[in-house]
Amino acid sequence: MSMILLIEQLLNGIQSGLMLFLMAAGLTLVFGVMGLINLAHGSLYMVGAFACAGVAAATGSFWLGLAASIAAAAAAGAIVEVAVIRRLYARDHLDQVLATFALILIFSEGTRWLYGSFPLYLNVPAALSGSVTLPGGIQYSLFRLAIIGAGLAVAVGLFLLIGKTRIGVQVRAGEADREMIAGLGVDIGRLYTLVFALGAALAGLAGALVGTIQSVQVGMGEPVLILAFVVIVIGGIGSIKGALIGALLVGLTDTMGRVLLPPLFSLFMETSAATSIGAALASMAIYILMALVLVVRPGGLFGARA
Amino acid sequence: MSAAEIPAPRARRAAPSRETLVNAGLGLALLVFGLGAWLLDEPFLITLATKVAILAIAGAGLNLVLGYGGLVSFGHAAYFGIGGYTSGILAHHALNYTPMFEWPFLFEGSTSMPLIWLFAMVLGGLAALAIGALSLRTTGVYFIMITLAFGQMIFYFAISWPAYGGEDGLPIYVRNGFPGLNTLDPIQFFALAVAVLFAVLGLISMLAHSRFGLALQAARQNRQRLMAVGIRPGGVLLVAFVISGAITALAGALYADLNRFVSPSMLSWHLSGELLVFLILGGTGRLFAPLAGAGLYITLEHVLGGVSDYWQFYFGLLLLGVVLFARGGVIGFLTGGRHG
Amino acid sequence: MAEPILEITGLRKSFGALKATDDVSLDLRPGEIHGLIGPNGAGKSTLIKQIAGEITPDAGEVRLRGRSLSGIDAAGRARLGMARSFQVSSVAPEFTVLQNVVLSAQGASGATFRFFRPVMRDAGLLATAHDCITRAGLSGRETVPAAELAHGERRKLEIAMALALKPALFLLDEPMAGMGTEGARALGDLLDGLRHRAPILLVEHDMDAVFRLSDRVSVLVYGRIIATGSPEEIRADAEVQRVYLGEEA
Repeated sequence: MSMILLIEQLLNGIQSGLMLFLMAAGLTLVFGVMGLINLAHGSLYMVGAFACAGVAAATGSFWLGLAASIAAAAAAGAIVEVAVIRRLYARDHLDQVLATFALILIFSEGTRWLYGSFPLYLNVPAALSGSVTLPGGIQYSLFRLAIIGAGLAVAVGLFLLIGKTRIGVQVRAGEADREMIAGLGVDIGRLYTLVFALGAALAGLAGALVGTIQSVQVGMGEPVLILAFVVIVIGGIGSIKGALIGALLVGLTDTMGRVLLPPLFSLFMETSAATSIGAALASMAIYILMALVLVVRPGGLFGARA
Repeated sequence: MSAAEIPAPRARRAAPSRETLVNAGLGLALLVFGLGAWLLDEPFLITLATKVAILAIAGAGLNLVLGYGGLVSFGHAAYFGIGGYTSGILAHHALNYTPMFEWPFLFEGSTSMPLIWLFAMVLGGLAALAIGALSLRTTGVYFIMITLAFGQMIFYFAISWPAYGGEDGLPIYVRNGFPGLNTLDPIQFFALAVAVLFAVLGLISMLAHSRFGLALQAARQNRQRLMAVGIRPGGVLLVAFVISGAITALAGALYADLNRFVSPSMLSWHLSGELLVFLILGGTGRLFAPLAGAGLYITLEHVLGGVSDYWQFYFGLLLLGVVLFARGGVIGFLTGGRHG
Repeated sequence: MAEPILEITGLRKSFGALKATDDVSLDLRPGEIHGLIGPNGAGKSTLIKQIAGEITPDAGEVRLRGRSLSGIDAAGRARLGMARSFQVSSVAPEFTVLQNVVLSAQGASGATFRFFRPVMRDAGLLATAHDCITRAGLSGRETVPAAELAHGERRKLEIAMALALKPALFLLDEPMAGMGTEGARALGDLLDGLRHRAPILLVEHDMDAVFRLSDRVSVLVYGRIIATGSPEEIRADAEVQRVYLGEEA
């Protein structure tokens, strides 16, 4: 296997890891601050992708589409929080799971109703199409590189937001002690809506970006949602840092597993068997990683609870 | 999780309680529906009733850990699918005359349901043992996410493993047989499924009333207290999880035979969600909740599905309403509200 | 003097910089009530949890009838006869009184993995449970779900559950908390009669009750035992007066 291919796949792994981080960050914040497990987070990812596709098709501008994805997902998040989610904070996890499962059905079928079952495709904006030559002579998609840049920028922004701003202080206080924060005179209802909408906006952005590389279709959010759960289990609930490390680990393990395992098995068995065993194992690699983390640290790598 | 919010299985009484009557009514309704469809010569409706019975078995498996043990497993499709694939693969080898393995002894697969069920339950139980041992190291929301993730792992494995159809699934050309029955006759297969359902519900009722069941229900309510009386919750919950996986795998084997087809969709996270939905629709923690829930779900699918292609949209709204406002489910409604 | 049932030597536990338990040694002898008092935050509950096996001490040892309990978890210690009640009542809320106590008797019997016979028709467990319910003064309340019990009754249920464990000793963490004067007095009388079944380590805020019931009293302040002695000795102890009793007077 060539070095160039390997580096290209490494970059792909980082790219998919950063997109997973955008998903996992919102989920882990919502869990950390409000104690809520939200299955419908994948639906917000889908909402972002469809908003981007719809607006980009109508206006011809990818950038307007991208702005629309963030706005639509944040708005959908805020509406859902006010209408449904806030009734669930005091409920047990089973109710949260079932109610947000119901939201998935509503979002997915509603979207299918409006847009049909066929996938939509987005065009990469002209300014970011084509590829660039990286040091070492590696050709790499400019758009994917831009996604890596955007993912890193959002990660830095999120760390600054949580670490340095008043909202961040309230969020951290909320994670430590929900009653205390109410005692501080913070409008807890507004804070919750804000955190939920922020997480939704990140999911919507990720949906639009990944939708541009792949395709935009109903049901695109759930596989990503489950990967984001794996990320959170690995990183530890409530930890943004854990979400980042976990997401990169998952992105890299998944991508590199698919590239490396089949040839690895062909070293000691015939090629077709090696390909199928390698591919099957690669599809399980991240879950095996999760199982290992569970054995060593049941609370996740950066979890507060051991 | 806050165990107190999940209603308890009903305490036993000397006289038949209202719930016992509702349960008997539900069981009778299923039988009458199936037999009625047979008399009217409506094989499709018999198949629908068979589907309800089989899904109720799967739900009953989940109910053991969720309703009685308080464990929110979002990965029970794994055991359902393992049961389905056990049936499909054993039949595949037997029907194609390609032995499964020749060493240490020749095994040619099987088309006999009792043997297939045994294999399905053992494999489902073993999978539940492995997944449960890992998942039970955690609690609450971690447990939900981890069971969901392991379910997804098996789903992806089935898709990427080409030997048994991969993404396309695996047909069972002739429905597997049961000694003394013609399983190709819809009413006979229906009777078999209902017999298994009642046996499973009887087993779960017996477990719930045993020493093991007392400890299991205590684990749902208060693990700290269970420790303080000298019983480790972990072992009790793991045993329940294994039995639960085996029961759901049995349902999966039957389901594959019902459809004469097994595919990765039996392993999908959506199916895990539907099993949970059966229980909440029926009334969590009640013995007959899976039957009430599966019956209602299939009825709604059939009725709403005839009205709109997007019936799940309306179903989502209904489910949201039930979760937010009607936690007792069907049985809670029929017995006059939730109990505590 | 009789061999102590429970012996604690050199127990230490820190949470970060906080020394929650600082070189604690004490013992519990047959037939006695040993009161453990101390201001809020003195580390009483942390100490009880280490004895019960719910948290692991950094150093030191707990011995039950001469046997070291190191490496034995809370369930194992309960099995050896360590019967505990919790500061905040901790029972199975959906179970009836009888089911709760049967659960406890089942735990003591050591046989939980039995899947066939109905537990609520197990004559042996039922006899034990009814006996303990009567002793704890809950007769007539057997079929009431624990969640519907009054506060004082739930305390009695905890005592009944502790009794059903066939205890070698009782660890009672503020059993009288939240009870009225009358209820506390009645519970005190109950405890008074229990000491001859098994000795009691009694953590309690109700100072009158502790001094009335205890054979010996230990005073815990900032994780250290500053005095152990008879109620009279403790009342007269200058250090205890200064750091503790003085504050309340």
